[in-house]
Amino acid sequence: MNLHEYQAKELFREAGMAVNPGEVATSPEQAGAFAERFGGAAVVKAQVHSGGRGKAGGVKLAHSPEEAAAHASAILGMEINGLTVGEVLVCPIEDIATEAYVGVLVDREGQCPVFMVSAEGGVDIEEVAASNPEAIHRMRIDPRYGLLPHQAYGLAARLYDDPGLVRQAARIIAQLYDVFVGNGASMAEINPLISTARGRVMAIDAKMSIDDNELFRRPAVAALRDAGSEASADTRAREAGLSFVKLDGNVGCCVNGAGLAMATMDLVKYYGGEPANFLDIGGSSNPDKVVAALEIITSDPEVKVILFNIFGGITRCDDVARGIVEAVNRIGFEVPLVIRLTGTNEELAREILAEADLTAVTTMDEVVEQAVRLAR
Amino acid sequence: MSIFVDGTNRVVVQGITGRDGSFHSRQMMAYGTRVVAGVTPGKGGRDFEGPDGTTIPVYDTVAEAVAETGADASVVYVPPAFAASAIMEAADAGVGFIVCVTEGIPVLDMTRAHALARDRGSRVLGPNCPGIICPGKTTLGIIPGRMVAPGPVALISRSGTLTYEAVYHLSRGGLGQTTCVGIGGDPLIGTSFVDCLAAFAEDPDTEAVVMIGEIGGTAEQEAATWVSANLDVPVVGFIAGRTAPPGKRMGHAGAIISGSAGTAAEKTRAFEDNGIRVARRPVEIAGLVAEALR
Repeated sequence: MNLHEYQAKELFREAGMAVNPGEVATSPEQAGAFAERFGGAAVVKAQVHSGGRGKAGGVKLAHSPEEAAAHASAILGMEINGLTVGEVLVCPIEDIATEAYVGVLVDREGQCPVFMVSAEGGVDIEEVAASNPEAIHRMRIDPRYGLLPHQAYGLAARLYDDPGLVRQAARIIAQLYDVFVGNGASMAEINPLISTARGRVMAIDAKMSIDDNELFRRPAVAALRDAGSEASADTRAREAGLSFVKLDGNVGCCVNGAGLAMATMDLVKYYGGEPANFLDIGGSSNPDKVVAALEIITSDPEVKVILFNIFGGITRCDDVARGIVEAVNRIGFEVPLVIRLTGTNEELAREILAEADLTAVTTMDEVVEQAVRLAR
Repeated sequence: MSIFVDGTNRVVVQGITGRDGSFHSRQMMAYGTRVVAGVTPGKGGRDFEGPDGTTIPVYDTVAEAVAETGADASVVYVPPAFAASAIMEAADAGVGFIVCVTEGIPVLDMTRAHALARDRGSRVLGPNCPGIICPGKTTLGIIPGRMVAPGPVALISRSGTLTYEAVYHLSRGGLGQTTCVGIGGDPLIGTSFVDCLAAFAEDPDTEAVVMIGEIGGTAEQEAATWVSANLDVPVVGFIAGRTAPPGKRMGHAGAIISGSAGTAAEKTRAFEDNGIRVARRPVEIAGLVAEALR
């Protein structure tokens, strides 16, 4: 789950970090009033779960409250990478001397948190990583000891020469690690971390992702979810405990297991079709989950056919068959349904389907070919 | 032969009284796995009823189970909130091989669990994995026994159901397996493709290897390089997620493309550059293996 910049900054502030002030506005008038409070000039920033906000025109400098209101008016409602902007963050303009990058994330290879810092901040860090990898310093952190004081200092010393700046940055780096671990993040980033002409170090942007697996034990963090920025199908899927990703095609897919679900999408493409979604109904699927899955898939008007690909191992084919029959009776839909069932309780499943005038094939290739043909 | 486990392991099941733990313990016992103990904190002293009237003792802690029964392997079916500590408990009790089936464990919990298991010299398989099965000998986890058959093919996979799909075609095509290993769909897993490959390289019965990978991370690339430098038997690969959009998590916590390295195209290229034949469809896997063995 991604946090908005202002939400991440709030967590940073709670940890005592030096962060520039800011106020969230949902109207141009509010944005103008906040700019006035900050002395007239301000930066207006779209709050949206997407990188490249600046390039998309979602971050603008204003020299007066009127200009801030005008910028807010342009940015609010704007679409950035398909996401509509509903809030802007209004911040005072800082006197920037240098811009650095500080980030911490989970390193798959090292199986531990890893810090990445660079004195070249303020830009896309992935571009720096590609063009000038030596400019980024990495340090793996032993999760059992956490970030040790000398490590924080060592990282900070990569960013500044001035001892006063190094001390401030070391403190911010230690605070960032505390926020990262304390909120179950998978990534926390400050870009840029600035130093001002008067010798202050502070975070003026913030990015954070929370590990979805942490949310069950962190209700305060879970409450930060911006359901408005989430498509309704995503919300339904999350509440039903289904893994779902909307895609652009017209072949609706309902599969058990993530790997098989991906392979099914790939096979749809192989036979010349386009998958409408990724959907994993999970291991031990009960009929209710199947009903929810069908409701989600059929809510997409692009869907021309629905394909079931079930390999019963732990999942019992009869459970899925019952769910399909129940869904057909309960919600009733127009689009054709093609089914593949193999494995545990397959025969029983076929009997259940036959009573409802449904049939199932046994191989994945058969069902996908059928689906692609029907979607044309 | 088999890797990591053989028919002689004495297995303790952590979370044996839960819904999944009890069901799969009975399945494992019915297949012939020597399940010698169960652990559920607070339920020690009871007996767990296996198939055909057998019973096994339930303990409060893994240390007790190990002391009383000599358990040397464990399977974890504990819910996500407690699964990382279950792994650490097993490692601390000296269990050398720990299979964790649980999906949804917080990643930061797993950073600590993996670090401790490494310190204690325990091998963790998973988490978020279907386990390991040596056809005809033993199964630890949830892979259905009737799908597999003994034979010369080794199988390593990040996905459960895709493993079943591949094994189904292999077995139907008369290509049995030495061992099938599900390494797990999580970003941080205890046993990698390379760990499995290195073990299969020592197994004289393994005549071909199937690797089933997916988007996210670079484990397939590392495996491909290792294969070309170290492995003499043919390898057939499959990569799931060619149509997956970047930045979206495809079910598995580890299946997310960030940057170019995690894409199916990049992994397929790494396989092919290192002499691994890549199946375009799951159904082609068995055919490519048959050809390679000819």
